[in-house]
Amino acid sequence: MHFLNLFVVVPALTIVAILFTRDLKGARWASAVGMSIQLVLAGALVFMYLSARNAGVADEMLFTADSTWFPSLNIRYAIGVDGISVAMIALTAVVIFAGVFASWEMEFLSREFFISLILLCSGVFGFFISLDLFTMFLFYELAVIPMYLLIGIWGSGPKEYSAMKLTLMLMGGSALLTVGILGLYFHSAAAGGQHTFHILEIAKTDIPVTAQRFFFPFTFIGFGILGALFPLHTWSPDGHSSAPTAVSMLHAGVLMKLGGYGCFRVAMFLMPEAANEMAWIFIILTTISVVYGAFGAIWQKDLKYINAYSSVSHCGLVLFALLMMNQTAMNGAIIQMISHGLMTALFFALIGMIYSRTHTRIIDQMGGLMKVIPFLSAVYVIAGLASLGLPGLSGFVAEATIFVGAFQHADTFHRVVTIVATTSIVITAVYILRVIGILLLGPIKNEHFEHLGDAHWYERISTIILVLGIAGIGLAPLWLSDMINFSLAPIIGKLSGLVNDVPLVLN
Amino acid sequence: MHQGIPLHYFLIVSTLMFFIGIFGFLTRRNLITILMSIELILNSVNINFVVFNRYLFPHKLQGHFFSMIVIAIAAAEAAVAIAIIINIYRNFRSIEVGKVDEMKH
Amino acid sequence: MHGYAYTVYILLIPFIIFIFLGLFGNRFKPMFSGIVGSAGLLVSFILSLTTAYRYFFASAPGEDGYTAIIAMNAVWLRLTETLHIDMGILLDPISVMMLIVITTVSLMVHIYSIGYMKGERGYERFFSFLSLFTFSMLGLVVAANIFQMYIFWELVGVSSYLLIGFYYQRPSAVAASKKAFIVTRFADLGFLIGILVLSFTTGTFDFQTLTDPAGPAVTHAGGATFLGLSVITWSLILVFMGGAGKSAMFPLHIWLPDAMEGPTPVSALIHAATMVVAGVYLVARMFPVYALAGIPALNVVAYVGGFTSLFAAVIACTQLDIKRVLAYSTMSQIGYMMLALGVARYGGHEGLGFMASMFHLFTHAMFKALLFLCAGAVIHAVHTNYMNEMGGLRKYLPITHITFLVACLTIAGIPTFAGFFSKDEILAAAWHHNKFLFFVEYIVAGLTAFYMFRLYFSIFQGKQAHYHHVPQEAPYVMTIPLMLLALVSVFSGFIPFHSLVTSDGLHLDTRIEWGVAIPSVLIAVAGIGVAAVMYRKESALPERMASTFRHLYTWSYHKFYIDEVYLFITKKVIFRYISTPVAWFDRHVVDGTINGIAWVIVSASQKVKGLQSGQLQQYALVFVSGAVLLILVFICLLY
Repeated sequence: MHFLNLFVVVPALTIVAILFTRDLKGARWASAVGMSIQLVLAGALVFMYLSARNAGVADEMLFTADSTWFPSLNIRYAIGVDGISVAMIALTAVVIFAGVFASWEMEFLSREFFISLILLCSGVFGFFISLDLFTMFLFYELAVIPMYLLIGIWGSGPKEYSAMKLTLMLMGGSALLTVGILGLYFHSAAAGGQHTFHILEIAKTDIPVTAQRFFFPFTFIGFGILGALFPLHTWSPDGHSSAPTAVSMLHAGVLMKLGGYGCFRVAMFLMPEAANEMAWIFIILTTISVVYGAFGAIWQKDLKYINAYSSVSHCGLVLFALLMMNQTAMNGAIIQMISHGLMTALFFALIGMIYSRTHTRIIDQMGGLMKVIPFLSAVYVIAGLASLGLPGLSGFVAEATIFVGAFQHADTFHRVVTIVATTSIVITAVYILRVIGILLLGPIKNEHFEHLGDAHWYERISTIILVLGIAGIGLAPLWLSDMINFSLAPIIGKLSGLVNDVPLVLN
Repeated sequence: MHQGIPLHYFLIVSTLMFFIGIFGFLTRRNLITILMSIELILNSVNINFVVFNRYLFPHKLQGHFFSMIVIAIAAAEAAVAIAIIINIYRNFRSIEVGKVDEMKH
Repeated sequence: MHGYAYTVYILLIPFIIFIFLGLFGNRFKPMFSGIVGSAGLLVSFILSLTTAYRYFFASAPGEDGYTAIIAMNAVWLRLTETLHIDMGILLDPISVMMLIVITTVSLMVHIYSIGYMKGERGYERFFSFLSLFTFSMLGLVVAANIFQMYIFWELVGVSSYLLIGFYYQRPSAVAASKKAFIVTRFADLGFLIGILVLSFTTGTFDFQTLTDPAGPAVTHAGGATFLGLSVITWSLILVFMGGAGKSAMFPLHIWLPDAMEGPTPVSALIHAATMVVAGVYLVARMFPVYALAGIPALNVVAYVGGFTSLFAAVIACTQLDIKRVLAYSTMSQIGYMMLALGVARYGGHEGLGFMASMFHLFTHAMFKALLFLCAGAVIHAVHTNYMNEMGGLRKYLPITHITFLVACLTIAGIPTFAGFFSKDEILAAAWHHNKFLFFVEYIVAGLTAFYMFRLYFSIFQGKQAHYHHVPQEAPYVMTIPLMLLALVSVFSGFIPFHSLVTSDGLHLDTRIEWGVAIPSVLIAVAGIGVAAVMYRKESALPERMASTFRHLYTWSYHKFYIDEVYLFITKKVIFRYISTPVAWFDRHVVDGTINGIAWVIVSASQKVKGLQSGQLQQYALVFVSGAVLLILVFICLLY
């Protein structure tokens, strides 16, 4: 069997295995085993990919496979990965692994919960390996739909409202996407020959600029909704605050990345002229996202809301950097996706763990947790420092790359928005330190918290793997950055006739 | 044969029956009466089948057979409908059609 | 290579100790972490000394003086085809000097802390953070490129945050640590943008390329202008903003006095000797660019430094918390160093200020660390920070008393003590370039002597205060570092800085300019005299002085209300007028629109739902009328 297929097959087998279990204990062990295999597979994929590149394989996509499953419309199951998708797959594998351990105590309908969770993640894996727009879209929907059930059934607070809102807004995005994808499909035969959904084949044809102008906004906004593009981000605070821990982790950590990934892989890569023409509109919107999300986070009281607004800010930075359309900034955008994926997953995991002990998420009601739960608190501080861009942790690598890249544009417009976006690092520091100060430090406010227990072994596994990821990227970013850079070259190449930027030459 | 009775006499009767049936269907409140109105409609159609067959194609039998099938089905339908009505009565303690406006109870 | 590859261990040892103590420190006895930390630092210290000896003395400098050596360099992150962040070790006179400063003070502080922190909860955490700080600070000074410096710059900031907030259950410490981090972070924003501008203009992060007098930074100086200043100048001003934040220059100084909430050894190491001079070091590191391409930026440095030194000295005269007096004194002294850099120019005797600044940085690090450690010993003995609750401690704390007196004489600039030499060079440099700032510094010299001896007399002389228990001299583990540092303070003035650390690496002929030095010594003695009259014996003089200059006194006592201004801006303006409206806007306008759309759809659906009444006969009526209507339509169409 083709290697990449395993990424979809293993979750499917895991689901089957869960069906044969009888209770929480069986379900969680089945999931843990399945997702550990997935993690190992992802590690192997990274290793295989890097060694193929080192061996001098220069293809744009590696490990490709192609089989037609709907001949009359030429819909194919085409798979393949480049450095960017490899990185995203590794991220997903880490987050779902951590997510399974974070939901170790999911008592209510546990089998169904794990099934939905893994169904969701198989959709994400499928999305990242697909090269055919239709198949990709199919996996995308597979990832979005279980979200409704997961929030609606296992959520907290106004869960029906949040689940409905989240699903409807994302479905709205899907509707726009459908238009965009069909538009691409029907212009994919410009050079004569068959219509196709295959990304690389579409990339070879020149889609008429008028068509691009029409379909680019559909595609970009469609993916942008998932990437929390201002002003279509409001599903995120409500959705995240109601979702159960593992779902928040996956959603903010991985699912929001589908948006950013789609934005550049589909919208910008396939419609470069329109992307260049319209970039300024979206640059303004994303700059607003970046600063606005950060300001929005300062005054929130609920931990999950703080983190959701922080995600709006960080994901805004992803789209912002993508729209800068040069190699450095786009590289930064992808590192930021991974970095944000890891640290926001860590945040949500910790929030869930703290909530399960204190039964509140309002920061004013807590205080001095550092003394009673030192492990979780210390990890929270690490996550916070990563979020505010401390060197040695992943956030810094991403932000440095983004800002240096964005600053390579010499015109006033790009300069001004870049400087506005950099101010977010100060605002981020304000709200992160505020939370740490109120939540973890200071005297203990509530005597019930005196006897809280620190992290269990499964919680330690869940957080430690994420911390390792964050610190690993932060300390030695070069391999990741080079891996992404190599794969960005064709994308930049397609955009580069229009943007004055020389692709990076690797030694 | 039947020289004395022209075709349109039959048609007038069947049309009257049809519209009486429709009227009854729309205005009666009792489910049984509504069912009876439906029977009237069906029978008016049966008359038409038989009469057209007899006057237009006297050597064929399709019209007769068709009306027989309709009669058979009407009987079955009446049986089912009355069963439903009985069940409705059990649940609602009434067979007023206006009270039966919810799918679930 | 040049045989300096081992210098990487100077950095790695503290880093490994940080990781080790951070992860496993709590498995051992507390004392273990103190000893491990100190032992590791001792190794780093010896390596640094070796490096300094080999660099400065083992071989005579060549034609170009002391040249920079790249001991190690590895690409860490590749950004564009020209810009890449490297991790490197750059050895040149100032970085080697800083290695000595950092490892010396850090070693002393480590040893001192073994005694000072005894019995504190989180002993191993303290030593782990100290090692992290030492690692970051060493990384900062040996950085081979400006982005590497920024990286360690941030790490230093976060170690400072962690250490100020060491007593994390005390709300004031938490607030102080937060403030320190955010204020410096704000300054670092300027630094970052400065780096972006500079690297874009010059196409490099590398210090050697940047500071090369024939390099792109200097040759591009005449390029595009913005508001009348060249882009390079702007970037240098922005970079200086970062330095001003770290070095607590006005108006970014507000965090430093509050940072005294941290344990006293931390104040000695971070907030007196090493981290706060990072700003000075940054300007010194970039000095050729400043001097050759950005004279306006250099003037900014000089005036900010000069103003801060005066401003802080005035405040120091009225504070009662001894650590705060020392904090303001630190600000004032760093102002001196900045000013010295600002009045220096590149090369030859013009570069006197550069050398003076580095010299003062060195001596100041020693005597200010000593002052803080003495203050720690005093606080350790009497359990209060306020000098009006102390007095007459001379008898109880003899070693502390002597060493503190030595440090005070040094900072006051009394001849033969180290401070005299370095301060004299600064004054001489100022005299040659800027008479106005020169006279400001004379005033500051007097004020410095006054407030230091006010401190000295209030603590060790004067009336004996009432103590809960008899104060006791600190254990040897604390007093030995004091004595060692006192020795360094006395003798470090004789180090021939003028031939070692100069702006262009060449030997510089200097001699003491008695015309400048004698008045300054007289002013200092006068300051000491005033302090002696006012505080040596109990007298009503201080109160009378305070009421005579009532306004000045209250303003100075309240630190010129700068904190209140900041509080107003942050609490009122940012929180109330930006953040709260943004949160409201998001909930009600943006989200309101989305919910509004949902509401429209739901209510439309309610209306449509009315048609689906469940009334059988209604449906039938519609159906029949529809059928009739259709029939009529067809009839009309057909005929």
